[in-house]
Amino acid sequence: MKKMRFAQAIESALAQAMVEDENVFIMGEDVHTLRANLFTRFGKKRVKSTPISESAFLGAAVTAAMGGLRPVVEVMLVDFIGVAMDALLNEAAKVSFFSGGKWDVPIVVRASCGGGYGDAGQHEQSLWGWLAHIPGLSVVVPSNPADAGGLMLSAIYHDAPVVYLEHKLLSDYWLDSMGIGGRTTVSFDIPKDGVEGDVPDRWEPIPMGELNCLRDGKDITLVSVGVGVHRSLQAASTLQEKGISAEVLDLRSVSPLDTKGLKKSIAKTGALLVVDEDYKTFGLSGEICATLLEERLLFKYGRVCTEDTIPYSRELEDQALPSEKRIIDKSIETIKT
Amino acid sequence: MVEAEAWQLYELMLRSRRFEEAVKKLWDAGKISGEMHLGIGEEAIIAGVVSQLKEGDAMALDHRGTPPLIMRGIDMVALLLEFLGHPQGLCAGMGGHMHLFSKEHLAASSGIVGSSGPAATGFALALRYNKSDNIAVALFGEGSMNQGMMLESMNLASVWKLPVLFVCKDNDWAITTLSKEVTGGTLVDRARGFGIEGAEVDGIDVAAVLKVAKYAISKMRKDGGPYFVHAHCVHKTGHFLGDPLLRFHETPMKMFDPSLMKSAFSIKGGAPFHVRGGSLVKIFSFVSKSGKQRKIDPLVVTEKKLKENKGRLKEIEETVSNEVEQAVRKALDIVQGRGEA
Repeated sequence: MKKMRFAQAIESALAQAMVEDENVFIMGEDVHTLRANLFTRFGKKRVKSTPISESAFLGAAVTAAMGGLRPVVEVMLVDFIGVAMDALLNEAAKVSFFSGGKWDVPIVVRASCGGGYGDAGQHEQSLWGWLAHIPGLSVVVPSNPADAGGLMLSAIYHDAPVVYLEHKLLSDYWLDSMGIGGRTTVSFDIPKDGVEGDVPDRWEPIPMGELNCLRDGKDITLVSVGVGVHRSLQAASTLQEKGISAEVLDLRSVSPLDTKGLKKSIAKTGALLVVDEDYKTFGLSGEICATLLEERLLFKYGRVCTEDTIPYSRELEDQALPSEKRIIDKSIETIKT
Repeated sequence: MVEAEAWQLYELMLRSRRFEEAVKKLWDAGKISGEMHLGIGEEAIIAGVVSQLKEGDAMALDHRGTPPLIMRGIDMVALLLEFLGHPQGLCAGMGGHMHLFSKEHLAASSGIVGSSGPAATGFALALRYNKSDNIAVALFGEGSMNQGMMLESMNLASVWKLPVLFVCKDNDWAITTLSKEVTGGTLVDRARGFGIEGAEVDGIDVAAVLKVAKYAISKMRKDGGPYFVHAHCVHKTGHFLGDPLLRFHETPMKMFDPSLMKSAFSIKGGAPFHVRGGSLVKIFSFVSKSGKQRKIDPLVVTEKKLKENKGRLKEIEETVSNEVEQAVRKALDIVQGRGEA
């Protein structure tokens, strides 16, 4: 075991895969700067900077993968994926199906996501529910360095498209350039355990679709991904002081969803609160509820999500994103109904 | 360019510059959050174009929307309050500097690279639909010229004969990537390929921009149809204030990552060491190239041409600086609950 930071863990797992498999390569905007270490170590053939042409290079990555390569494509911010949506929605996600399962698209689309640093509604979205909606795409959202590295490795070696989302409050490179910018005059609610933590000496893939139970409880289950996991853990500590025992589950992957793990926890607590930084309607929070109802479970239900476009104003942004206070209030309300 | 115009354009440029310098101070002080993309270095382009707009003309803006809005005469206090995230801001504190909208000025912004192409095309469609002689301007960087939506808009504007002035502000850098390394052919030729007349111009020289803008805009008002301007400029404050290349020049010791040397010379697994050396040289050449931009300044160039009338220069400087200072003071008072918008 050793300590690593979140962004460093991703880079370290990527480097391990790039050494193991010559066909793994990175491409995307500005990667010579964003991944300066990997660019230096592996050279421009394997760390390829692209023009700002998301639809072209993401589309090209799909067939590059079909041609035998394993591209890790960076689109900087998940919000920018809108520009290249055809490549994901109608190409990457469909090839295996259309070819009768005879042709795979082993591509990883890596993007930063999430808010909490005042960059407004076009650069702070989460969108994992929107992406996971598409059959054929897996979506992973790690919350700590160990998961960040292990999930990156499994994403790279997965024989189908995976969207890999890293929250900007966890990944110091992103927060530094987008939120801090060299200033000492700004501060953010950064989850320390997410930013730095223990990692294995050598990366092993963490299977997608296996949630992690981070805190046992008996009264209510808090389910989340990314930064929401840390907000939930904080809330669970405060709830404990109020006599409420909350279990906290880190889904780690939005799709595939660990239905079995969710079922086990909800069967025990009988109450579910989904904490989702993505949009509330037509998304992860509703999907989890529907899935568990289909499993014939009866439970109390609540959700704390982002309900509208994220405001630029820091004050309004704090109210819009899931916070410890909102989680506590909603947990109490959910249990009491 | 007649003398009166030279003074008018200089004042527009100066107002934008002083305003953005004040914005930078507020950002440095942590009063403005998130990223900050300033238009410092592209004022001559904006002044040359925006000075030729009339009421009813539309502007589709990119992530550097502040200079065109200031030059179009938008209220400074409303803009500052927006950046400060105040409910009385231009967009009620909802948008911030990358997402500025003014229905009154027919001005819309987006932080998505290339999106001002379709936006200006749609504005032009609405304007032509009602048979006005108004035009729409798309402001964007040369990075946008590799976006499908920009090129598709150029085609659409061409075949539908829509009066869109495509203004490509070329500062050589697509974020921290050198544009010439990721861009094929020449940009004016691309426009011509769509049947759009175009010109390449020195965007540091406001008189040169003005000349092209006057020609293009009067032609568009009369005959419809688009025009393409490829104007070369600089971004003196980097892609954004968090730009690692910019910060490398400001605080080299802080920005230098020692692990880079390890990646280049000692770590096992990866490319042969001569390739790694080449990568390192590339990174440092980018840092060095980005530094050259810092020495070029369209405002200084414009000021030099007017230096014979020092008295008037001083007078304008005082007026504009006062105007900006007062706006900042008023905005901060409002934020602190001591004043009204």
